[in-house]
This record gives sequence, C-alpha cells and structure tokens, in this order.
Amino acid sequence: MEKIKCAIIGPGNIGTDLLYKLLRSEVLEPVWMVGIEPGSEGLARADKLGLKTTSEGVDGLVPHVIADGVQIAFDATSAYVHPENSRKLNELGVLVIDLTPAAIGPLCVPPVNLKDLAGRQAMNVNMVTCAGQATIPMVAAVSRVQEVAYAEIIATVASMSIGVGTRKNIDEFTRTTSAAVAKVGGAAQGKAIVIVNPAEPPLMMRDTVYCETVDEPDQAAITASVQEMIAAVQEYVPGYKLKNGPIFEGRIVSIFLEVEGLGDFLPKYAGNLDIMTAAGARTAEMFARDILAGRLKLEPVKENA
Amino acid sequence: MMSLEDKVRGRKVKLHDMCLRDGMHSMRHQITLEQMIDIASGLDDAGVPLIQVTHGDGLGGSSLSYGRGLHSDREYITAVAKNVKNAAISVLHVPGIGTLDELRMAADCGASCVHVASHCTEADVTEQHIGLGRELGLDTVGFLMMAHMTPPDHMIGQALLMESYGAQTIYCVDSAGYMLPDEVTTRIAGLRTALQDETEIGFHAHHNLGMGVANSLAAVAAGANRIDGSAAGLGAGAGNTPLELMAAVSERLGIETGIDLFKLMDVAEDRVLPIMPQPPRADRDSITLGFAGVYSTFLYKAKEAERKYGLSARDILIELGRKKMIGGQEDMIEDTALSMAKARALI
Repeated sequence: MEKIKCAIIGPGNIGTDLLYKLLRSEVLEPVWMVGIEPGSEGLARADKLGLKTTSEGVDGLVPHVIADGVQIAFDATSAYVHPENSRKLNELGVLVIDLTPAAIGPLCVPPVNLKDLAGRQAMNVNMVTCAGQATIPMVAAVSRVQEVAYAEIIATVASMSIGVGTRKNIDEFTRTTSAAVAKVGGAAQGKAIVIVNPAEPPLMMRDTVYCETVDEPDQAAITASVQEMIAAVQEYVPGYKLKNGPIFEGRIVSIFLEVEGLGDFLPKYAGNLDIMTAAGARTAEMFARDILAGRLKLEPVKENA
Repeated sequence: MMSLEDKVRGRKVKLHDMCLRDGMHSMRHQITLEQMIDIASGLDDAGVPLIQVTHGDGLGGSSLSYGRGLHSDREYITAVAKNVKNAAISVLHVPGIGTLDELRMAADCGASCVHVASHCTEADVTEQHIGLGRELGLDTVGFLMMAHMTPPDHMIGQALLMESYGAQTIYCVDSAGYMLPDEVTTRIAGLRTALQDETEIGFHAHHNLGMGVANSLAAVAAGANRIDGSAAGLGAGAGNTPLELMAAVSERLGIETGIDLFKLMDVAEDRVLPIMPQPPRADRDSITLGFAGVYSTFLYKAKEAERKYGLSARDILIELGRKKMIGGQEDMIEDTALSMAKARALI
C-alpha cells in the first residue's frame, strides 16, 4: 500500500518515540529526521533505522522536500522555533503537526475534534500539551452530556519525563493547557495545574479532571460518556486508564486517570510523552488517509502580501 | 565551643508573617477582607517587616483541588496593601499553579516581595518566574519546599540554580514539619557556605513536631536571617512557628527583630485567635505529617476523606507519604482514599 512520506524535526525523546510509532504505521512512512547537532544520538539512531538525516535544521531538509515527496512534517522542537519551521515547510505544501506548545494552528485532541479538522484545509495543527491530551477527552466527555461551567485539570508527571524545554517554558505549558481545556474540552472556563514529581522509581503520569456542571449532573449519562471516551483514547494509548470515579458531589464531577506509555522508546512511566506522540501520529494518519483517498490536496502556503 | 546564644546574639533577623497565606489553608481560604485588614494593620503596627498575603497555594491557587478563595488574590493584596504603612507585602508563587500574568497583577496591586516556590528537586521550573520577579523589581526569593526529601548537597545545588536565575534570598522550607534542629543546621550552614555572601538565607517551619521555634533558632545560628512564622501559629498542619513566640525568644537571646513584642502578642491573641475555628494543635494527624514527612496542607483533605469514607486520616497520610506525594498533589488524597476504601470493601 502507498504511504505518505514524513519528516520529523527534533531527534530528542519525543521525536525518537514518534519515529518508532511511524515505523509501524500503515499510511505513514518516516523518511527524514532533522536535528541541529551533528553526531547526536537521535540522528544516529534514525540513520540506523534507514532515514535520511540532516544536522542543519529545517534548512537542511527544505532542498529535499519536493524530490523526496515529503508531505507531512512533525515538529518536536520548541515553541520558540516552531513558527519559523512551520512557515518554511508550509511554503512547500507540507502539512505540519506541531508537538510544541506554540499553538499557532488549530488545536487537536484526536477523539474530541480530529474529525472537525478534516475539511478545514489547515496546514498547521497543534497537539496542545501532554497534560491537555490526557485530560481534555474527559472534559469533553462531560461537556457533550451537559453544559460545563468550569473545568480544572491537575497533571502530575515524573520528573525524569519532563525535559529542559518544558521546564524553561512552564508558563506557556500551563497557559496553553488551560486555554485548551476550555476551548477544546468545551468548558466555559478552564484551569490547568502541572506538578513535577521526582519520586524514584518514577511515578506513572496521573491526571485528575474536575468538571463543574451548570445544572445537576446526569450521573448515569456522564458515567457512560466517560467510559466511552476512555475506550476511544485507548484505541491509540492502550495504557490510558480510569483509576477512580467519576465521583459526583453536588455539581462537581471528579475523574482520576493514569496514563501508562507503550514503552516504544521512552519508559512506560512517561505516559505523558507517549500520549503526545500517539496523538500526533493518529492525527497525521487521518490526514494521510484523506490524501491517499484524494479527499485532501495539500497546497503551498504563499507568504501573506 | 560557642553556645547557641553566642552565635545569635546581636544578629539582625527579619520575621516574615505567614498567617494570611499559610493560615489560609487552616481557614480553608475563607478569611474575609475585613479580617485580613485587621490582622495586617495590627502586624504592621507591631513592626513586622514582611506580611505574606495570597491564597494558601499561592497566586492562582483558588481552585477545586486546593479550595476556592473567598476573595481573589487581587482583592486581598489590594486591600492589605492600602492598609499597611511600613510592612512589605509578599506573595507566594508556584510555577505550574500560578502564571506570570498573575505575578504581574500582584506587583501592580502593591506586592513588593515574591516567594517563588518549587519542590526541592525541581528548581529549574522557576527560571521564568524568578526572572520576572527581578524584572518587576521585587524582592525575589527562591523557596525550596519539602526540603527534607532530598539530601543537603542536592538541595544546595538546587539553591545555586535559583541564585543563578536571580533569586536574592534562598529558603529551606520544612513543608512537612519533619526536620529536627541538627538537620536544619546542616542545611542552612551548607547554603551559607555555597551561596554568595549577599544572598540571604531563610527558613520556613511547620510546628507538626513542636520544633518550629527550636528549628528556627538553629537556622539563625547557622546563618539564616529571614524566618517565617505566623501570628498565633495560624498555618497548615499544626501551624507555622508562632511568630510571637519566636519574637519573645529572640528578644531573650538578643536577636534584633525590630518588633514590638507585646503588640505582636496582642495581635495574635485579640485579632488572629478569634477568627480560627480551632487553634492549630499537634493532634495525631498533624504529628503524623511531621513524623512521616507529609506535606502539611494534606491534613484537611485527609480529614475530609476520613469523614467521607470511614478511613483513618492517619492511614491516608501514611499512604500518601509512602507514595512520595509532594506539595500540590491534593487531588491524590481523594484518589488514594478511594483506592483504600475499595480495597477494604468500604465502598
């Protein structure tokens, strides 16, 4: 079967974990790994797995995009360099999946709004944050039953699974997640709290979701909706589990989750990173299927005059 | 050998009141604006140089997980700032909970000092917030919480990181009230040796094992010159170091605090004590916090879970300690209680 060729920018933990997932895909074929450090471990690994590599950043990839037929690129670098990477690739008609918290394109949490993005001809799609990927499906599970006035999420991640980039940009991480909890989750107001726990052995990612409904919560309908949404996330993150809840107290619904990773490249406790790469891959696969079926034609994005 | 008194006599120490921030935990974040103004103006009049005013969990802490504040941080800070003459207003700010915009707001409303807090091993999440504190011209403090959870050398490395981001004072924070005086001495002396001379050192105690004053004295003897406490001890767990007690002991030992002891005692007795539903006391659950090294604020939700699920709060706290839960993980109290209740077939 024909596959859509992809490039990964950023050969770090996320980029490498993503690479393993793409190698299993029926519709995506990773062909380029882009880094900025010659001889980095991530580039060497990609090279061994048969990808072309460059250590000259996106500029090193650009001359090969057309010849090598790259149609989708994943950016796993940082919020600061993402806009420029995206511009250069969009100009060549490459669809960019953004795994940084830059959030310049429409936000995507696959089981919640991936389908809505299908016909929109977006050339940049943002995957929010790992905390957002883990919790927004649950906010949406409640908000599709009844109106949610306020949603709050607490994401606890193992210290070992949080890189330098996220630590330096923790404010962007917190704000992008809060905004997406409201916008994508469907709550009038959203709040996100992020905790980094250094316990040894490292703790599995834990997430708690509180939703405050406008009217009395319909307990049976919400419980069923939550269970259904858990199953939808498990399609691409098998280790996504409901640990406790939903619990109902007045108008507050509490949901307690655990996210265990697949352990492709990153350890299993790093469910936060796994859910990010799995969501990115799933999003790209939908676009790839649309391209292969002739439903989507990527067009170069011209610089605004 | 130098006695403790030899080491502290004549030293200048700033006492920093926490009852309108740490005390917010014990008051479940429901202190009224009138109470805040009444207490803050009393503390100001008694010569307390620094008064912290924020939701118990810092700026942006008002939430379902930690409890909603009766008023917003903006309202509290503005009200207090307008009603004190000499004291500086400080705020607590925890990256991951509060955002930079909230710190800008606090500065606009009159706060002039910020405690930027992280767990003792995660100092590198504070770079943006310490940076902004300095940019705004605030007296900027790096606040290493749950310090007992990492060895002194590692904690000192984290303090150096905060100092490199621009923190002008570094605190060793005994959030669980777990430390004993020798441990405080080791940590503070280590900080004093490692940090630059102009960097100040602070200590924040919880009185869960009744060691608040003793530990604070050990900290001063080892080189700390900022000590946190709370009028009438109003703070999480069994409370903070009772500030009026610390002031009295300081006066006996010749530590210069610039505080009018009797006025401070009166604020504690006449203004703080009457607003408390119950005075902080080292009950079995608070002692458990100190004994097992558990975050003091977990006390309230553990007691709530005891009522809801028929479990002992002490058992829940011990389990949270075993699972190495840290500050901010209040959501895990109910989760842990639910799992324990299921395992014991109570639900």
